[in-house]
Amino acid sequence: MTYRNDPYDPKQASLLDPAALAEAVAEAEKAFAEAGDLDALVAVKHLHLGDRAPISLARREIGSLPPHAKSEAGQRVNAARVAAQAAYDAREADLAAERDRRVLVEETVDVTLPYDRRPRGARHPLTTLADRMADLFVGMGYEVAEGPEVEHTWFAFDALNIGKDHPARTMMDTFYLDPAERDLVLRPHTSSVQIRTMLTRKPPIYIVCPGRTYRTDELDATHAAAFHQIEGLVVDKGITMANLKGTLDHFARTVFGPEAGVRLRPSYFPFTEPSAEVDLWFPQHRDGPRWVEWGGCGMVNPRVLRACGIDPEVYSGFAFGMGIERTLMFRHGVSDMRDMVEGDIRFASAFGMEV
Amino acid sequence: MRFPLSWLRDHMDVPAGITPAELETALVNAGLEVEELADLGAGVQGPLVVGRVVSIEELTEFKKPIRYCMVDVGEAEPTSIVCGARNFAEGDLVVVIRPGGVLPGDFHIAARKTYGRVSNGMICSARELGLGDDHDGIIVLSAGTPGEDARPLVGLDELIIELAITPDRGYCFSIRGIARELAHQLGVPFTDPGLALATPAGGSPATAVRVEDEYGCDRFATRLVRGVDPKAVSPAWLTARLTHAGVRPISLAVDITNYVMLDLGQPMHAFDASALQGGLVVRRAVPGETLTTLDGAERKLDAEDLVIADDSGVISLAAIMGGASTEVSESTTDVLFEAAHWDPVTVARAARRHKLPSEASKRFERGVDPALPLVAIERAVSLLAEYGGGKADEAVLDVNTVRPRAAITFPAGLAARVAGHEYSAERVAGLLATVGATVDGEAVTPPTWRSDLTDPIDLAEEVIRLDGYGNVPSVLPVVSRPGTGLTGAQRVRRSVGRTLAEAGYVEAVSYPFVADGFADAFGLPEDDARRDAVRLLNPMSDAEPLLRTTLLPPLLVALKRNLGRGNRDLALFELGRVIRPVTGGGVPPELGVTARPAEADLDAVNALIPDQPWRVAAVLAGGIEPAGWWGKGRPGTWADAIEAARIAASAAGAELTVKADQHAPWHPGRCAALYVGDTLVGHAGELHPAVCAALELPKRTCAMEIELDRIPLPGAAPAPFVSSYPPALIDVALLVEQSVPAAEVAGALRDGAGELLESLSLFDVFEGEQVGEGRKSLAYSLTLRAADRTLTGEESVAVRDAAVAEAAKRFGAVLRGA
Repeated sequence: MTYRNDPYDPKQASLLDPAALAEAVAEAEKAFAEAGDLDALVAVKHLHLGDRAPISLARREIGSLPPHAKSEAGQRVNAARVAAQAAYDAREADLAAERDRRVLVEETVDVTLPYDRRPRGARHPLTTLADRMADLFVGMGYEVAEGPEVEHTWFAFDALNIGKDHPARTMMDTFYLDPAERDLVLRPHTSSVQIRTMLTRKPPIYIVCPGRTYRTDELDATHAAAFHQIEGLVVDKGITMANLKGTLDHFARTVFGPEAGVRLRPSYFPFTEPSAEVDLWFPQHRDGPRWVEWGGCGMVNPRVLRACGIDPEVYSGFAFGMGIERTLMFRHGVSDMRDMVEGDIRFASAFGMEV
Repeated sequence: MRFPLSWLRDHMDVPAGITPAELETALVNAGLEVEELADLGAGVQGPLVVGRVVSIEELTEFKKPIRYCMVDVGEAEPTSIVCGARNFAEGDLVVVIRPGGVLPGDFHIAARKTYGRVSNGMICSARELGLGDDHDGIIVLSAGTPGEDARPLVGLDELIIELAITPDRGYCFSIRGIARELAHQLGVPFTDPGLALATPAGGSPATAVRVEDEYGCDRFATRLVRGVDPKAVSPAWLTARLTHAGVRPISLAVDITNYVMLDLGQPMHAFDASALQGGLVVRRAVPGETLTTLDGAERKLDAEDLVIADDSGVISLAAIMGGASTEVSESTTDVLFEAAHWDPVTVARAARRHKLPSEASKRFERGVDPALPLVAIERAVSLLAEYGGGKADEAVLDVNTVRPRAAITFPAGLAARVAGHEYSAERVAGLLATVGATVDGEAVTPPTWRSDLTDPIDLAEEVIRLDGYGNVPSVLPVVSRPGTGLTGAQRVRRSVGRTLAEAGYVEAVSYPFVADGFADAFGLPEDDARRDAVRLLNPMSDAEPLLRTTLLPPLLVALKRNLGRGNRDLALFELGRVIRPVTGGGVPPELGVTARPAEADLDAVNALIPDQPWRVAAVLAGGIEPAGWWGKGRPGTWADAIEAARIAASAAGAELTVKADQHAPWHPGRCAALYVGDTLVGHAGELHPAVCAALELPKRTCAMEIELDRIPLPGAAPAPFVSSYPPALIDVALLVEQSVPAAEVAGALRDGAGELLESLSLFDVFEGEQVGEGRKSLAYSLTLRAADRTLTGEESVAVRDAAVAEAAKRFGAVLRGA
């Protein structure tokens, strides 16, 4: 073979010498390893991987080789190039990781610093408890009924079988409104909503009514002149006292846990017959499991159904009512009624958004 | 109703050894609510025995006279006890607490040396035993054996029971009624003292009686007892029972009437027969008549009052209180006992009218057994004869027009249908017999003492109650017609409350009562509708007789209370109703209760019921953002109040339009009127400085109030088109007159920009020399976006120019830097 026009220059091609390439790679590896940070690494990069680096120069010499030697030399140079680049990449990755670690350490803050910059608000626990009770019944298919707080005595008393001279009427300690001849009161119980509901809806009726009620009780640890009740009313065919008990048991278990339940104690309300006081078995009482008075209930008196135009021969019903303040008091260990009506933000804030 | 347990033993067999807990359960199951069970002996422990005073040595060397006694306490030798009381003599029986005993107040007794002598215990007074306040001297017993337990002799073995009697159970205002109920619950025999034999009417009574009003008084019985020893006093057992029942012993004759009333439930009256002038007349009072009652008060009588009169005029307010002129006195020897039956409603009204609820009126109102008068008189007469030495007149007077009770048709199976629990026919009949009813198939006649049993359902209740409510099963019903969930208004209220709470506001639930002066303190104009508040006839406090017409007054009280307690940074809200009186007159029609009232009558009544719309209000004082290590805090301002309103309205599904307004109680320059569409829904801003001063609120207290019921319920909102093309952002700064509201400039920009404007925000407001006197610069950032393409620069500029042109047209706005 002859190599015209391309005389072999041993000096020029000396960079392609395997030993020289190996040395270039070794020097690159050494230089990269000695770079202490990314800046130093970048600073030495061109010396070993740049256009004037030994390996790059060696690549140029390939052209001066006889054809039969080009292939082999090319492979040798490439291998060197790959090795040097790999050394660089590895070192760069190490240094980047090290820098990141350092930076993250430097950026460390005290995450325990208090940051209460957006003050939390709260709903009043009477509201959340009333909502929760109502939701339980809505989930069962009841609707939430409402009525006026300033009410006419026919709805608050007469239609509930509490006539003008009934002893229960004076026992209610009712607020009366001026002028007296209009017979308006602040409703002493939510039972007036039963009447309004029965006048406006046809049975079957399944409602609850959480709402505000009023009695002329001086504010003390256990009484308030304005308080809340939740009332339930069911009027349908074949409704029994067993249904009342079943409903109250379910109510109790939902609000007070699976161990809870109710017992009915004979009592008297003019608008129900039979009537009962509802005692709740309250396992979580702060003084140990016990029965607590929870509310009143009974089977809707046929006289009440008649006053609302519902035939007691066809329909029967039950009703119950609980004090929401009272429920909150024993459920959460509130010892003073005043805390619930005075609006001190510390009280409501302790309950947040749900009870 | 308060009484000692031992009294029940007169009529029933109280099981020996029954515990207070068992007793309470039985009473509660009968429907008798136990208010108190007090074991009188609970405070006295250890040996309390009868002692006989053997000898008394008077010790005189001390500041007060002291007795050194030898007392026989049933042991071989008398024991020595030092005593400071002097109301006893040698040979008297006394009550001795021995060493090792404990008296009420955890007072431990030990043998000790006192006044130079050894005292082995103490001779007791009633007060030391916890039996009352009588400390005049030690107790001297009338009977007893030295060494025996003294507890039964002084009543320390008594259990005092206090029951709350529901209004339907008039018969349980007596030992008789309670014993009937308790005997059934305990399954023990009961002997009804109300069915005891009594001397029938007959003879010619010395005092004639004419009943003019048989509706008001359907039975009136009397009997005379002559020759009573005026010095005779009530026996100890009787005064003990009365005292335990909370009734003060007065005199033998009066004590007997009270005793019979407590025992049988029949209120009675004792007249001094010698003070009566002529015969008695039972009638209604004549207007103008007066009576001085036993309590010394002179009472003007009403034409509806039932009275007993003699020739001298009215001598007794029937069924309520007797008169002073015929009262039994210390010299009375002839006593006329009266026992009658009065109309409950008349008595109830009279007791209310004269504000004179008495033990008698309480019973008559709730129903007294009309079969009792002669039985009660028989008891009273025999007691007075026995303890007062009197002689009963042979004649017994009884004006009786009581109508027999009609039978109630009580369908078989009604109790089962009501309870959801089966009762056999025998069981039902048996239980009704226990009540005292007569059962003849479906015809059930209630006993005379159960005036509350009028309807079939009343009998069903008796069956279910006596069988036991505990036997009724628990069956959860399935709702036969499921409901439709919360209403829109209910959902909105919840949403508003929750959203304000999440925004940092704390909910308060205030009393709705406000003071007369609130309107003046708020600076409300004379014709402001909020001045027209509903007034309570019987407010809790005369200082707060009105119902709120705005939520703010009570909420500001809560704010102040918080401040007084050191809570300084406050954001409160309240959701509640305000009450707006119905203007115009009118008296509601009478509505019946035997059937649904006529629609017109219901409408007429409803028309008089005030409007009671729901509102939400918020108040702010102090910081709304706290200072901290991060930097300074920020006080709540008028702008926060308006934001609270916006937050509340948006939770209700509405966007507020804000306009400047001047509306009390707000600062005239910092008050926003809030609109939804064209409807005014409320106001927000900073309170007027004069209002803050008048209510002693912090300066710059802020508030908002909106009427939720005026905000239309949100419908189903259509989904927006969400463009995926990039936005074009352009800022414009406009120069306008200072008086031009920013909200209106924004409105002009919006209108001018058209539909390519996605959003707009005001990022700077600048006033100063650079913009000129009386002018301000408003800098807005506009976000433009098309639904179907990327906007070109030319398009964006065109939109901006159109927006600016509209602002220029409406307000003379000039593009700053242009």
